[in-house]
Amino acid sequence: MWRYEKKLQYPVNIKEPNAKLAKYIISQYGGPDGEINASLRYLSQRYTMPHGMQKAVLTDIGTEELAHMEMIAAIVHQLTRGLSAEELEAQGFAPYYIDHTAAIWPQAAGGVPLNANQFQSKGDPITDLFENLAAEQKARTTYDNILRVVSDPDVCDPIRFLRKREIIHFQRFGEALRDLQDKLDSRNFYAFNPSFDKKPAAPKAF
Amino acid sequence: MNMKPNMMGAPLSKQALMNQINEASFAIDEVLLFLDTHPNDMAALDYYRNAVSVRRQAMDIYQSQFGPLMADGVYGNRWNWINDPWPWEGGC
Repeated sequence: MWRYEKKLQYPVNIKEPNAKLAKYIISQYGGPDGEINASLRYLSQRYTMPHGMQKAVLTDIGTEELAHMEMIAAIVHQLTRGLSAEELEAQGFAPYYIDHTAAIWPQAAGGVPLNANQFQSKGDPITDLFENLAAEQKARTTYDNILRVVSDPDVCDPIRFLRKREIIHFQRFGEALRDLQDKLDSRNFYAFNPSFDKKPAAPKAF
Repeated sequence: MNMKPNMMGAPLSKQALMNQINEASFAIDEVLLFLDTHPNDMAALDYYRNAVSVRRQAMDIYQSQFGPLMADGVYGNRWNWINDPWPWEGGC
């Protein structure tokens, strides 16, 4: 069960609208490495985690990603707020504006819509935790790319916060993976699914 | 629905406390929506205040005795937030 807190995790106060930046940053809302995909990935994977630590890490990071999704939406909203159709068009926002006006809609920077095929929930905790480590790094790279093209400090500040959270999540996922591996049968880390197979297969004689 | 806070009498069992939390929580979920579209309804606001007070008290007792239901509800000296069972496993 979830309850909403009527506040952002980190403040977003952008004074100068800039629809060109909004078009880039929307990617961290509905793009392949965006916050919605991250949240859905973790909150879907947690059901097949074998131990409390991994269930907790996925629940808590998946929950935090919901707050990040809200921050990205707030950034995009403030970057497009109050602009006329002419201004939106002049700033390269016309294709988005035609379909969504100045609403928030989950798409990548290139216009590709949100798609669950952009993440996996595989039911094997080793597989899933490795995917999550990669996902956090991909999101960090996207924030790095955004920061290279943004100069407004009002935009950079919350983006830098989000980038740092990707690094923290990477660390925690790494620890959760190590803890899980420590609890596996040392005969076989990778050739069985600890959430599905009862025990690892005995080593085969070749 | 009995929505009186349990100020005295025998301590409630884990299940009874959880029932009280579930009832009060859903009462808040429900009256919240009603108040969103009827913000001047004083009777609904009274109902909301009562449900909030029952939930707060029951949550406080439950979390201090049986473990956290929310991430800021760990009361003891051990981090029992990660303990099994989880809600989808038949835990609360």
